[in-house]
Amino acid sequence: MIINSRFFNRSELIGFVALAALLFVILPLSLDVFRLNLVAKYLTYAFVGIGLVLCWGYGGILSLGQGVFFGLGGYCMAMFLKLEASSPENTKIQSTPGIPDFMDWNQITSLPLFWQPFHSLTLTILAIILVPGLFALIIGTAMFKRRVGGTYFAIITQAVAAILTILIVGQQGYTGGINGMTDLRTLKGWDIRPDHAKVMLYFFEVFLLFGCILLAQFIRLTKLGRILVAMREQEDRVRFSGYSVANFKIFAFCMAAIFAAIGGAMFALNVGFMSPSFVGIVPSIEMVIYTAVGGRMSIFGAVWGSLLVNFAKTGLSESFPQLWLFGLGGLFIAVVLAFPNGLSGIWADHVQPRIDRLMTWRKPKPAKAWTDSSVADGAPAE
Amino acid sequence: MFGDYSIGDLGSIFVMQGFAGLILFSVYVLMALGLAIIFGQMGVINMAHGEFMILGAYVTWLTSSAFQHYLPALFPGYFFLAMVLAFMASGALGMLVEWGLIRHLYKRPLDTLLATWGLSLILQQTYRSVFGAREVGVELPQWMLGSKQITDTIEVPINGIFVMCLTVLITIVVAYVMYKSRWGRQVRAVVQNRIMAGAVGINTEKVDRYTFGLGCGIAGVAGSAFTMIGSTGPTSGQLYIVDTFLVVVFGGAASLIGTIASAFSISQTQSTLEFFMSGSMAKVLTLLAIVGILMLRPQGLFALKVRK
Repeated sequence: MIINSRFFNRSELIGFVALAALLFVILPLSLDVFRLNLVAKYLTYAFVGIGLVLCWGYGGILSLGQGVFFGLGGYCMAMFLKLEASSPENTKIQSTPGIPDFMDWNQITSLPLFWQPFHSLTLTILAIILVPGLFALIIGTAMFKRRVGGTYFAIITQAVAAILTILIVGQQGYTGGINGMTDLRTLKGWDIRPDHAKVMLYFFEVFLLFGCILLAQFIRLTKLGRILVAMREQEDRVRFSGYSVANFKIFAFCMAAIFAAIGGAMFALNVGFMSPSFVGIVPSIEMVIYTAVGGRMSIFGAVWGSLLVNFAKTGLSESFPQLWLFGLGGLFIAVVLAFPNGLSGIWADHVQPRIDRLMTWRKPKPAKAWTDSSVADGAPAE
Repeated sequence: MFGDYSIGDLGSIFVMQGFAGLILFSVYVLMALGLAIIFGQMGVINMAHGEFMILGAYVTWLTSSAFQHYLPALFPGYFFLAMVLAFMASGALGMLVEWGLIRHLYKRPLDTLLATWGLSLILQQTYRSVFGAREVGVELPQWMLGSKQITDTIEVPINGIFVMCLTVLITIVVAYVMYKSRWGRQVRAVVQNRIMAGAVGINTEKVDRYTFGLGCGIAGVAGSAFTMIGSTGPTSGQLYIVDTFLVVVFGGAASLIGTIASAFSISQTQSTLEFFMSGSMAKVLTLLAIVGILMLRPQGLFALKVRK
C-alpha cells in the first residue's frame, strides 16, 4: 500500500491510521464475537456512507434511496447463499426439493429464471456490482439528463425505495416476502455461522472497507472530484465551461450505488439474512443521517458516523426503547441546524487547530493547507 | 383480466371502485393541497406533513370520544367541530415549527428535508407515548353509515359522499383565498419575487409563517377525513407521505389544478387496479407509472412557467 503525502495530507493520514488501528486491532481485541459481529453489521452502513459522501457531500446529489442499492446488493448475495442452503439433500422434505423453502410454501414448483445465475459465485459477485450499477445508471440518466435535481431527485429516489419494498413484500414466492431470506448457511461449502467464520468475515469486510475508502479518496483527489465540488457550488458555470454536468452526476450516483451494494452484500454475509426492512424509505434516510452525523464531506467521518450512531442506537434502544426515536429525531435536527458538517466538521474547526498549534508551536504562522473543508463551508447551494 | 365480467358488470365495478377511490382522492387532495402550498410557496419539503395529518386524526378521535361521554345528544354533529379543531391544532403546530425550525433553513432545501424528517420521528414517538402504540378508530355518527343505492348494481357509501363534498368545499375555499383575497395576492407576490415583495411592504416572514400554518392546517383536516377510511396509529402518516409528494410533483408544484388532477388520476388508477390484482401490485404499478411519466416529463402535468 503506497501512502505518500500527496495522497493523504497529514491530518488525513492520522485519521487513516487511527481508523485502521481501531478496526484492525482495538475492536477485535476488546470485543467478544457477538459484539464484533454487531460492529461488522454497522460497518456495512459505512460502505453506504462513503458512497453518500461522494454523491451527496461532493456532488450535491441527495439520494434518499440508497436502501434500494443496499438491498439489491444484499439480495443478490442472499440469493446465492439461499440457493446453496437449499440443495436437494437439505430440502428433501419439501414437495419440490432443491428450491428455496419460501418458494415451496408459496406453491412454486420450479426455480424462476432470474434465480438461475445465482448458482454461480462469479456471476453473483458480478451481479452485486452490475445490477445496482445499471439500475442507478438508468435512474441517473433519466433524471440528470433532464436536469432534474435537488429535492425532486430526492423524492423520486424515495419513491423508488417505496416501490421496491412493496414489490419485495408483495412477491412472496420469489423474494421471501416480509420475512426476507433467512437461514443462510454456507458460502461455497464454508459455514458462515460459527464464531471463527464471523471473525474471518469481519476482517474481510474491514479490508474491503479500506479498499473502498482508498478508491473514494482517489476519486476525490482527481480532477473528477474537483469537478464534483465545482458542480455542487456553481452548476451552470461548470456547464458553460464545457463539462457535461449530467455525466459527472450519473457517475457519482452510480459509484454511490455500487458502494451501497457492496455494503448490502456484506450485510447478508455477516448477519445471515436479508429482509425488505433494510430496503425501504426509513433505512434509506437513516443511512443519510449516519453520513450527516459523521460529516457529509469526510470519508472517514462516514465510517465514524455509522459506528457511533449505531452504537448509540443499540445502547439506547436496549435500555430506553422510547427514548431512541426522540434521540434520533433530535440528532437529525441538531446536525442540520447546528453542525452541517457533522463530527468531522467539529473536529476540523475545534480540535484540529489545537493539535496543529501544539505540534507546530515553533512556527509563528503555519501555512493553512488548502483542504476541501475550507471550500465547503456551509451546505451545498441549490 | 376482463374476461369473466360482462360489460354491465364492468361498468358497475368501475363506478364503485371509482367511488372507493374518491375517498382516497379526498385524502390525497387535502394532504397534497397543504403540501403544494408549502412546497410551491417556500420550496420547503415538509417530511413531517403526514404527522400533521395524524395530529388532525387524533384530534378528531379525541373530539368524538369527548362528545360520546359528555354530549351524546350532539354526537351526530361532532364531526364539524372536530374538523375545525383539527385545523386549528395542526395549523398552530405548523406555525410553531416554522418559527422554531423551518425559517432557519430556507436557503437549504435538502437540509429542511432531513430536519423535518427528524421532526416527524419526534412527533411519531410523542403520539406513541401519549395515545399508545395501538391504532384507534373513530365511531361515525349514524347518518354517515350505510350506503346509497343508485341502480341495482351500484351503491355508494354515504361517508364517501360526505368526504367528497367536504373536499370540494375546502378546495374552493383555498382557491378563493389564494386567488381572490388580499392575503393570497401577497402570497403569490412572494412566490414570484421575494425581494420585490418585501420592497413594496409585504411582511414576507409573516406571509411565510401563515402559509406554512395554512398548509399544515389543511393537513389536519385531511386527518379528519382520514379517520373515515382507516384507523389512526402513530405511524399512519408516514405511509402517505411519499404518495402525497408524488401527487404534488406529478401535478406540477405550485399548480392547484395540477395537484387536483394528479390526485384524481393517481387515486383512481390505484383503486381501479386494486379490484383486478393484489393491493401491493396495484400500488407498485401506479407508482411505477408515475415515476416513469415523471422521468419523461419532470416538470409535472401542469407546470407553472417561471423564469429562474
